[in-house]
This record gives sequence, structure tokens and C-alpha cells, in this order.
Amino acid sequence: MRDLMAITARPEVISLAGGLPDTSTFPPSSFAAHMTRIAQESSAQALQYGPTEGFDRTKECIRALMAAEGMDPDPDDIIVTTGGQQAIDLVCKTLIDPGDVVVCEGPTYPGAVPVFCSYEADTRHVEMDDDGMRIDLLESLLDDLATEGRRPKFIYTVPSFHNPAGVTLSAERRRRLVEIARERELLVVEDNPYGLLRFEGETLPPLYQLDGGDYVIYLGTFSKVLSPGIRLGWCVAPPPVMDKIVLGKQAADLCTSTLTQYFVAEHFAEGRWREYIDSLCGIYRSRRDAMLAALERHFPPQAEWTEPAGGLFVWATLPDYIDTSDLLAKALRENVAFVPGAAAHVDGSGSSSMRLNFSGSDEDEIREGIRRIGDVISEQVELYEALTMPAASSASRPGAAGSGAGRAPDRPGDVVPMPRRDQR
Amino acid sequence: MKAVVLAGGRSLERGVSLRSGARVEDALRALGHDVVHIDPGAELVKQLKEAKPDVAFLALHGPGGEDGTVQELLAILGIPFTGPGVAACVRCMDKVVAKHELRAAGLPTPDWIAFNSTAFRELGAADALEEIEARLGFPLVVKPARGGSSLGVEFAADRDAVPEALVAAFSYDDRVLLERYVRGRELAVGILDAEPLPLVEAIPKQEDFFNFEARYEIGRTEYACPAELDEAETRAVQEVAARTYEVLGCAGFARVDLILGDDGPQVLEVNAIPGLTDTSLLPQAAEAAGMSFEELCGRIVELALERPREPAAAG
Repeated sequence: MRDLMAITARPEVISLAGGLPDTSTFPPSSFAAHMTRIAQESSAQALQYGPTEGFDRTKECIRALMAAEGMDPDPDDIIVTTGGQQAIDLVCKTLIDPGDVVVCEGPTYPGAVPVFCSYEADTRHVEMDDDGMRIDLLESLLDDLATEGRRPKFIYTVPSFHNPAGVTLSAERRRRLVEIARERELLVVEDNPYGLLRFEGETLPPLYQLDGGDYVIYLGTFSKVLSPGIRLGWCVAPPPVMDKIVLGKQAADLCTSTLTQYFVAEHFAEGRWREYIDSLCGIYRSRRDAMLAALERHFPPQAEWTEPAGGLFVWATLPDYIDTSDLLAKALRENVAFVPGAAAHVDGSGSSSMRLNFSGSDEDEIREGIRRIGDVISEQVELYEALTMPAASSASRPGAAGSGAGRAPDRPGDVVPMPRRDQR
Repeated sequence: MKAVVLAGGRSLERGVSLRSGARVEDALRALGHDVVHIDPGAELVKQLKEAKPDVAFLALHGPGGEDGTVQELLAILGIPFTGPGVAACVRCMDKVVAKHELRAAGLPTPDWIAFNSTAFRELGAADALEEIEARLGFPLVVKPARGGSSLGVEFAADRDAVPEALVAAFSYDDRVLLERYVRGRELAVGILDAEPLPLVEAIPKQEDFFNFEARYEIGRTEYACPAELDEAETRAVQEVAARTYEVLGCAGFARVDLILGDDGPQVLEVNAIPGLTDTSLLPQAAEAAGMSFEELCGRIVELALERPREPAAAG
């Protein structure tokens, strides 16, 4: 699969595989103005090392972002990291010994999988539904572990607009998760890159806010609300954990880029950061709508998918006889790519699902990309049906021979009745 | 001498090809050649005309690079290239074509049946699955006709597993083969200038036995080189491999994959341009024969220059 992903970057490929935010609408004039100001007023400092924990000014920007979701962390509990990815790595480095149990959603963030694996965690998935992680299943997993005399080092969760699942943990489950953490004295690692990218509906309280920071370690990033190129993220953790994270950070890279911390400070000083996030939400909302409409039109009735109220991803699930790693090979021949679901699991499950990104492509590309993926799925569904019910399928499709059989109609007048799928 | 190394390309084995190519480039530089890397794309012909190389080293794998397409272009441009010509590439790339050639020449290869997807979609081939299964038995192996590494290759342990395995294999090619499974030792025979090198045996871990992907993951399969076979067995396997190379018209070098079962060796497939990465089997075999990677690459280039030019579009 690694080799398959190597060719998704070809320019002729419509890639719905990435997780790229759209950076094309950030005003170049603002970029230039920020950098000019930094050069004129802080050249020596911006080119120098900085404190391991990050600049106070950066922490103020972080506090502004967190306040927008109702949180009020102590600046001393914050460390600025090289992207949110380093925050995950540092937390694992600090807390995980080989064989320790980590609990996460199934599917989980594909970028967390290699981190858990490299620290040799015993990773356990908890299934999700439309309201996020199934807390009942979490509790029975914790009970099962307890009977073996084991407890997880932490529960890793992306509660809002999950990557890759696209779903959001409900308010009730958030409260229950925080209660469980308290009752059982368990750490929860809340990874929240997308919380401010909400397209509709009410904002839900982050776990960190509900818990007050006793049992919840919070991870944030500027990647999706400003730029992934500046590689700035952060971690909020209580003092004993933070001390170890600071040591780990020193070992890893001494400090986060000072230059890009200055850039962030300038961006927030300009006072239009909220406006920029709102404009991104507008762009992504339209792209999500285009993707959902295209899925409805081009995916066969055997497929189902999530309908995210924010974030960057839709998670689609196909009949279990289709392995999406194999399907990707076929899709690549049609110059379209997605992330196979197995990449979001440590245990090989999820092989019939796929992650589709709507933030990194424009609406025409999304429609065309989904059409092509829908076609290759339909071909495989048709083939499977011909293989498993040969007589029935040939009888029910008189004159169906031909390349278009079983596909969604291409022309508006060419309507094929399709049963509605059950929306989960 | 000026050499271009062609590596990368658009096939699913792009990653392996880039690793093979990088290693070949280093080797050719160490031999004192002037080396240019080209990743074949829309500009390939233009780049080749500009580079005016004395030889092209092909480190491409899979359709596009190993199937005769690039070879045809090089022949037209009059550039000598490593590995076999167009016709042999066409024969090796498609396992079904290769197996027909081997059968016709009396060489052993497991029984098979090949279909394209149209047969199932439009001609009701699924109604013949019972007869097919009766002929091949279980477990059987389902493979895309064209494609390298282990991509899309699946074991079907029983009848119920066949449709899913076919759906997977058809993801990689429009033609697939169902092949009788032969139990035995998995051997790879590198061939250099028509001479077989020491045998390499793949010894998968028990739990990965039915997982072809594991053959390509470091640490999940052990390799023994030279394989521990007695002299007579070794000779028998090498002889079949060398004849296979000859029958398919390979040139320069190749790798023949076989199974040594109770009834002797059975040829599974031939790689016209085998992998040349640091974990690949042909370089290991060459090393066991006392040949360094630099010497191997040097010899492959010499063979390319010695070979008479292939007339373009001969086939």
C-alpha cells in the first residue's frame, strides 16, 4: 500500500487522499506584511533559538483560539510544538512503555497509528457510530482490561469532526467520557485540530473544558486554522506530565521554529484570524456539500457514508467483499485516489472503508473524483454479484451487457431507480 | 560512458523501481560512468534525445516499464538498453502468455484457467466456477495476469473465498488467472547471461503463509541463499529456470520464480526486470556467486551493449 500511496501524488491524479487545508485564499499581502514587519522589527530574535516551551506571545494566540471554544488554560500548562503531530509523539514518548495499552477510536487518526506502533503500544480500538466513540463499548473494554489487571495509559480521541470518520462525539457522551476518566482516574488525550471548522449546528464543549484539565491532556494545532506549513501545534498538560514533555521536546528539537511563532503572533495581532477561519468554513462547507451530493449520485446503493458537520473528511463504507486497498489500484488507473480504511486501524480492520477529503480539492474536482470512484466501485459490485448469483444477475439485467451496466446514470435523462440506503 | 537510468514511472511498483534505480545509479557512478536519472513521463522521448546516452539502464517494474512499452521507444531511438527486448517483455509481463509458452515448450507450470472480467460480466462464466474448481482443487491461487510484487494475489481456501479473491485480483488487471496451488519450497532463480545463479529460497513465517504481501515486508519472510537443496535438486531447478529464460526470449538478466513440489519444479512467473533494491533477490544471488552489486550492474550494461540492436516494431 505504501507503494500505491507513492503514485497518488502524480499531477494528473485527483487526490481525495490528502488531508490538505486550502491555503490558496490566505492573502499574500498579509503574508508579505507579516514577514516584512518581523524582518524590520525582530530580525535577530526571529532568527535565534527560542524557549523550549514556546514564546509567551504564541501562548496568547493559543489561548485566544482555545477561548473561542470556551477553554481557559494556564499559560504555564502550554507547550508549543512542531505541529500537532509532534504533540502526539511527545505525549506517547512521555507516557508509553512497550506493551502499554492505548485506547482509541476505530478508525483512528491515520497519523497516530505509526506513533502508537513505534512506541510499541498495545492499541485497542473502540467502535464509533454517528455520535462518535461508543462509550458503552469503551466501558466494557475498560472492564475487560481491569479483569486482566490492566489499565490504559490514556484514551486518545478526536471528538470533533473526527479524522477519518467525520463524526462528532455528542454532548452527552462527552460528559460521560469525562466522568469515566474521573471515576477510573484515567488520562484522556483530546486531539482537536478541527473544532473551529464547524459548518453548522451548535458548538459542543471540548473535553478539556468539561474536565478543567485534571484528566484531559489537550492537543491543538494552527495547521487547519492558519497553515500547516508553519508547523505549529501545542499541548496543554498538567505540571507533572508537562515537565516530562518539556524534557522530551528538548531531546527532539530544542524548540519550535521561532520564525513561524513570530508569524503567528503577527497574524493574530492583525486581528482578522477569526474572519479567516470563517472564510475557510465557507469554502469547506460548499466542498462538503458538493461531495455529499456527488456521493448520493455516483456511489452505488450498497455504500454508506458519514455526513460531517465540519472538518475535512467523509468516511465511506463499502460492502465487505471490497478491499479498498485493492480498489485503490483500480481507482489510480482512473487517476483518482483516496485513503484505504486499513490505514486508520492497527489491527487490519476497516478494509472496506475509505477516507475522502473535501478540503483540498475544488468542487469540480470533487464531483469528478467521486464519479470516478463511484464507477470503479459499481464495477466491482456488479462483478461480485455476477460471481455470487450468476443466474439471478443475468436474469435481472436483460440487455445489461456493456460498459455502463450497473453504473449510476451519466446523463440526466438516463434514470436508473436506486433504492435509498439507510442513513446511519 | 554516459548512461541513463530509467526508474519510477507510473506503475503501482513505482516505489520499488525508485529504490532499484537509486542503487543502480550509485553502482554505475562507482564504475566511473556519467549517470543521468530519468523518471519516465510525458517528456521521456525529449529527455532521451537531449541526454544522448550510450546505454539506458532500465530499473522499471510493472506495466509501462517491464511490458515492452519503453523498450519499443528505446529501440526506435536506437539506444541500447539493459534487459530483454520488446517481445520477451510482452511474454513475461502477462503470466497467461508466459504460461502458454512454457506449456508449449514442455516446461512445467501449474494448471490454470484465465478469464477477463467480460467473461463473468457478460458471458456467465460464473456458472462454470464449479467445473473450474473441480479441475484446480482447493486451495487455489488467484492472480492478476499482469502485475508484479504480490499485488492482488490471493489464496482462496475454499469455494466461498473465490468471488472476493476475484474481485481483488480484477482491481489490478482486466484479466486474472486461477491457478492450481502447488505445495512446496518457494525458490527464485536469478539468471545472468543465460546462466543460473545460486538459488534463493523464501521461507515465510507460519502465520504469514497465506499472505503474499508478507513476502515483501522486511522481517516477515526469511530468505536463504544459497538455498539448502541437494545437488541434484539444485541442478534440476536451475535447468528448468535456464530453459524458461531461453523459451521466453529473455536477455541480459531475469528472475524465474518457481515452486519445488513433490513432482519437481513448477514455474510460477518470470520477472523480465527483477528488483535491484538492497533487499531484492537477484543481487543476493549474485553476491552468493561472488559478484558485487557494482560488478552485477557493470555486467548487465556490457550485455546490453553486446546484444544486436532489435529492429523497431519487430513484432
